[in-house]
Amino acid sequence: MHIVVCVKQVPDSGQIRVHPVTNTIMRQGVPTIINPYDLFSLEEALRLRDKHGGEVTVVTMGPPMADQALRKCLTFGADRAVLLTDRFFAGSDTLATSYALGQLIEKVSATWGAPDIIFCGKQTIDGDTAQVGPGIAKRLNLLQLTYVQKIEDFDFDKKEITVHRRAEGGIQVLKTKLPCLVTMLEGTNEMRRGTMADALRAARAGIITWSAADAGITNLALCGLKGSPTIVKKVFAPPARAEKAFQIEVADKSYEDICDALLGEVYKRQPALEQDMVKMAPGY
Amino acid sequence: MVEKPKAPAAGNSRANTKKELPEHLKAYKHIWVMLELERGVVHPVSWELMGEGRKLADKLKVDLCGVVLGAPGTTDGAVADCFGYGGDVCYVVEHPSLSDYRNEPYTKVMTELVNKYQPETLLLGATNLGRDLAGSVATTLLTGLTADCTELDVDAEGSLAATRPTFGGSLLCTIFTLNYRPQMATMRPRVASVPLLTPGRTGRVIRHDVSLPEEDIITKILAFLPDGTTNKSNLAYADIVVSGGLGMQNADNYQLVRDLAGVLGAEWGGSRPLVQKGWIPTDRQIGQTGKTIRPRLYIAAGISGAIQHRVGVEGADLIVAINTDKNAPIFDFAHVGIVADATKVLPALTETFRKRLALAATRSAAE
Ligand SMILES: Cc1cc2nc3c(=O)[nH]c(=O)nc-3n(C[C@H](O)[C@H](O)[C@H](O)COP(=O)(O)OP(=O)(O)OC[C@H]3O[C@@H](n4cnc5c(N)ncnc54)[C@H](O)[C@@H]3O)c2cc1C
Ligand SMILES: Nc1ncnc2c1ncn2[C@@H]1O[C@H](COP(=O)(O)O)[C@@H](O)[C@H]1O
Repeated sequence: MHIVVCVKQVPDSGQIRVHPVTNTIMRQGVPTIINPYDLFSLEEALRLRDKHGGEVTVVTMGPPMADQALRKCLTFGADRAVLLTDRFFAGSDTLATSYALGQLIEKVSATWGAPDIIFCGKQTIDGDTAQVGPGIAKRLNLLQLTYVQKIEDFDFDKKEITVHRRAEGGIQVLKTKLPCLVTMLEGTNEMRRGTMADALRAARAGIITWSAADAGITNLALCGLKGSPTIVKKVFAPPARAEKAFQIEVADKSYEDICDALLGEVYKRQPALEQDMVKMAPGY
Repeated sequence: MVEKPKAPAAGNSRANTKKELPEHLKAYKHIWVMLELERGVVHPVSWELMGEGRKLADKLKVDLCGVVLGAPGTTDGAVADCFGYGGDVCYVVEHPSLSDYRNEPYTKVMTELVNKYQPETLLLGATNLGRDLAGSVATTLLTGLTADCTELDVDAEGSLAATRPTFGGSLLCTIFTLNYRPQMATMRPRVASVPLLTPGRTGRVIRHDVSLPEEDIITKILAFLPDGTTNKSNLAYADIVVSGGLGMQNADNYQLVRDLAGVLGAEWGGSRPLVQKGWIPTDRQIGQTGKTIRPRLYIAAGISGAIQHRVGVEGADLIVAINTDKNAPIFDFAHVGIVADATKVLPALTETFRKRLALAATRSAAE
């Protein structure tokens, strides 16, 4: 069995700061991490491999430094890691990204065998679109199972997979044929630590690095900015509200008085609320 | 590399790109909203989109059209509401294979409809269904798709201007699909309000027949396991929400939030760190990566008001913030503030509300 997992290296956005004056992103020194959602998919891929045998290949498209993210995946136990990096990919939107990754996976298939499953994260924390997974599936003409909470059954001989997929108001139990593309929901599993042997292997292993040409991508018009139908025209900070909050007087006041004043203010601004609360709230 | 939004100072050369629509795309007209019909119910985000779509259609002087897919005989209610919520036209596709959402048949039908009727704009909810479908449809049509928008507008040239948070929500960006059609976007539930329903309002129904042999569809639905209703949050559609942040200091104090919510008949939630600490379940998180809410009253206790939290609550009619720091950013967008210790204010507030509501109840019973 061959499983491909798409991971992305992302800035740890918890640590991104916006310059207060220029409104630009201050990226210097912001550490990068593996997109946290991708780890749920990687772990699920490793579990399938451990149970059914085969290999897990992790792939990413990104700058040369994205090899750090791939090396980390090797320490978790992935068998092989491929980095697609080229200046032609700069500025890709989701359509162009799915094209490049689709082409990359074609090349991976030709080299190490066609994948039975491709895993993507539910979404990234920087792009945050959840589009690249479905995009790759379409590019490769594969079936897709998104927002998967649990792989209920996996029959490699029959090439069938049954999953629990999160839908509105409940769970869809879906069965489909391999090959297919799966995106896992967060919290479905916990990333393993990886063994000492994996760590040693990762330290020795090379990250396979391909340029666009190496991956057989010749139609550069479909890559990067050129291949991106969407255009970012404006980036801005959210506007401040005209006035600041009305402050309830607190100095030298008891909590009872503060709360009475607050209720007065709330009912003044939302006159119908009290009656509606009486109707809605239990026990009055 | 794939981080597409460039910071303004970096100067995005493409920001000055002009609209140059190829000839074959010039016929694309009208605004479409996908009406998500699942097990007999249309997701409210579809009506929220109809409200936003109506504004765009009026500006552009084009039709607002709903699109509803479902099993035979299940779409009538959705069609009537489509007009009631402002639609001029409703495209209807009924087929047994469309009874529950599946990516394959839905993608096939949506792309077929788009290619035949050529809408200029196609809007979907940023739900699991909408995001799953939109990505497949956009890639099949090779057009642009802007995900998780918080605001939709049209610019002077009549192009869709879709605004969404970027860089982990610290900034907003406005994205265009200038030279491809349709322009596609998904919008988060609850960033817009549901428009008023005008019962009896009618419009034109266009039925479209499709060939969808079930044996050609590989993915099968074996079962649907409905969620238990106990303890499930209804944050997005609650009238009153009480929430806590790290200022509540520990998991035990969080109970004070639930106490107040209990008295008000409100939903309870919190900021992201509380989910990360395990004080509250994931579906109780409010904000950019949690729920967007639009209650009539939102009470935030011990929450600083980071932008990722703010974007999830800005639609509230009345925001009350309790925070010990008078410079906390939450006071920039709250309507009423109390600079005090939330662990002290909350119990007092619960008591005050309890008394006042009991009084009001006696009064209304006496009337
Ligand atoms: C990609 C990304 C997505 C995110 N998504 C979300 C999201 O969806 N929702 C979300 O909420 N956050 C989100 N965040 C996190 C967000 O940036 C903030 O870190 C978070 O909202 C802060 O939570 P807080 O206000 O509870 O904590 P803090 O920022 O630590 O604020 C605590 C506040 O409590 C006040 N306080 C302390 N003691 C008391 C007291 N006794 N009484 C009253 N006040 C007191 C303090 O003055 C302070 O203002 C996201 C971050 C990233 C990077
Ligand atoms: N540059 C990339 N390299 C590899 N995988 C990616 C890349 N961008 C997105 N993905 C995959 O697609 C998923 C969804 O990304 P997004 O559409 O940006 O939210 C991610 O969780 C990854 O699995």
